[in-house]
Amino acid sequence: MTRALLIRFGEMLFVAFGVSVITFLLIHLIPGDAAQIMLGAADASPEKIAALRTKLGLDRPLVVQYALWIGHALTGDLGNSIWTGRPVLDEILGRVGVTVEITVLGMSVAIILAVPLGCLMATMRSSTSDYVMRVVSIAGVTIPSFWLGTMLIYGTSAYLPWFQAVGWVPFGESPAGNLQRMILPTIALALPAVAALSRVVRAAMLEALGQDYVRTARAKGITEARVVFTHALRNALIPFTTAVGIMLGYQFGGSVVIEQVFALPGLGRLMVGAITERNYPLIQAAILLATVVFVVVNFLVDVLYLAIDPRARG
Amino acid sequence: MNRNPILWLGFALVALQAFAAAFAPWLTPYEPNGQDILARLQGPTWEHWLGTDNFGRDVLTRALHGYRTMFTISAVSVMGALAIGGTIGVAAAWRGGWFDDVAMRLMDVLFAFPIILLAIGIIAVLGPGAFGTAIAIGVVYTPIFARILRAPTLLLKETEYVAAATSIGSTDWRIMRVHLLPNLAPVILVQASLSLSTAILVEASLSFLGLGTQPPTASLGRMLAESRNFLALSPWPAAFAGVAILLAALGFNLLGDGLQDRLDPRLRSRQ
Repeated sequence: MTRALLIRFGEMLFVAFGVSVITFLLIHLIPGDAAQIMLGAADASPEKIAALRTKLGLDRPLVVQYALWIGHALTGDLGNSIWTGRPVLDEILGRVGVTVEITVLGMSVAIILAVPLGCLMATMRSSTSDYVMRVVSIAGVTIPSFWLGTMLIYGTSAYLPWFQAVGWVPFGESPAGNLQRMILPTIALALPAVAALSRVVRAAMLEALGQDYVRTARAKGITEARVVFTHALRNALIPFTTAVGIMLGYQFGGSVVIEQVFALPGLGRLMVGAITERNYPLIQAAILLATVVFVVVNFLVDVLYLAIDPRARG
Repeated sequence: MNRNPILWLGFALVALQAFAAAFAPWLTPYEPNGQDILARLQGPTWEHWLGTDNFGRDVLTRALHGYRTMFTISAVSVMGALAIGGTIGVAAAWRGGWFDDVAMRLMDVLFAFPIILLAIGIIAVLGPGAFGTAIAIGVVYTPIFARILRAPTLLLKETEYVAAATSIGSTDWRIMRVHLLPNLAPVILVQASLSLSTAILVEASLSFLGLGTQPPTASLGRMLAESRNFLALSPWPAAFAGVAILLAALGFNLLGDGLQDRLDPRLRSRQ
């Protein structure tokens, strides 16, 4: 167990390092002079460009630049916004809560619905219901959540005019108002995930229900509910956990897009704004932070996996 | 046909939409950017089957041209990812040793980025537009093809006919072409089809965010984004743009799913 854990930990560190190198290199792949592009071609004097280059350290060797950048990053200094001059970490932390809230809400609703739905789907085994479930769940997976969100806004504005569909209020200011405005984004984000995850649960349940230990459990004469929920489901949760870990990154990306639909002041709107402003330090920091968080989350999923499945410890 | 309706449904959807994309300019009497300001914000009529937008542009015409943009970008990027990622995966399995380690660790790192975030980062560098979007999606899918092709290549490498081919002095290139590629083809077809489905959604998301194809070129994601401004006056353009994106992604997903069933009978029981 310890050995397997240490190997996963080492892999996680390596991937995190690789992610930081790629994120760092992104800014150096900009065609032309990054400093000049950031200042805009119009009013930038050569002195100003040179000053920004020195400030960003663009005149030093690449390895030195990386070492300085990652050194600062590790102490919590991810640079300053080109436009506001504020530390980008503050700007990101001010916005990321909204994105995390939608992601977590969407994912939780998806998990709560997908497990029983998948179990139910596993019990229906005729060829017709098989095809219908497949087409419906594939259609569910391919629903663009930003479109679903747009249609939900239209539907509520047409039929429930009192419903606050867009905008945002801080949770601390009005918990009910905050949660009410989260309902539609959560539905839009959760629906495709329910379709994807219930399919995973169904496939894993069918696999588990065909195993010898399930036959043994049935032979012992315990109730069908116990067979399904204690014996089969516990094993089916292993592939499900992996799918949830992968899905989480996907959902985070989805919420970045959904924010645009519902005018939510999250990370997505910050990043899209930063692209038009050519605010590279901000984009760099946001990608680095979010990706490293997902690398760590996936590591924790692996640890959980080791805990659930003794076979993975090998 | 009766044995695999999913495959045929997917195939029909893809074929129909590919036809619509290919012949878009000849299928409707309108120009994608032709404005008829007096006929703006109409619902579906005989003149405009899917209605018109806020400039009086024909929604069906713009949707068909949007398909062109979307299919071109998605296909180019998935083919690029397949060519580069697939080569990396096959070469890593074939060579083994340090090359395998280095190449696959690099793929792990690329795979670690959430798709939309990596795509946004690449577009930040290359600038918004069709080119940046195609490169971004291509990079995002490269590690997926590398991983998906490495595993079966490892198995094929151990087969007797490959060992026999090696022993009679076949070149690596010949073995790849004659022995590996035909065996990898089912995996490639299935994964390419499923990847096209998600690539279509990523392309639509990016163009919805305003980072993809720039106006005046018609794109479905952008159409949806722009039609949100007059949603209360006419929900039709938004509704149809989304349905078009959904049908495109659905077609490729059903096709990939059906192909998987058809080409790998071992998976059938698990569906």
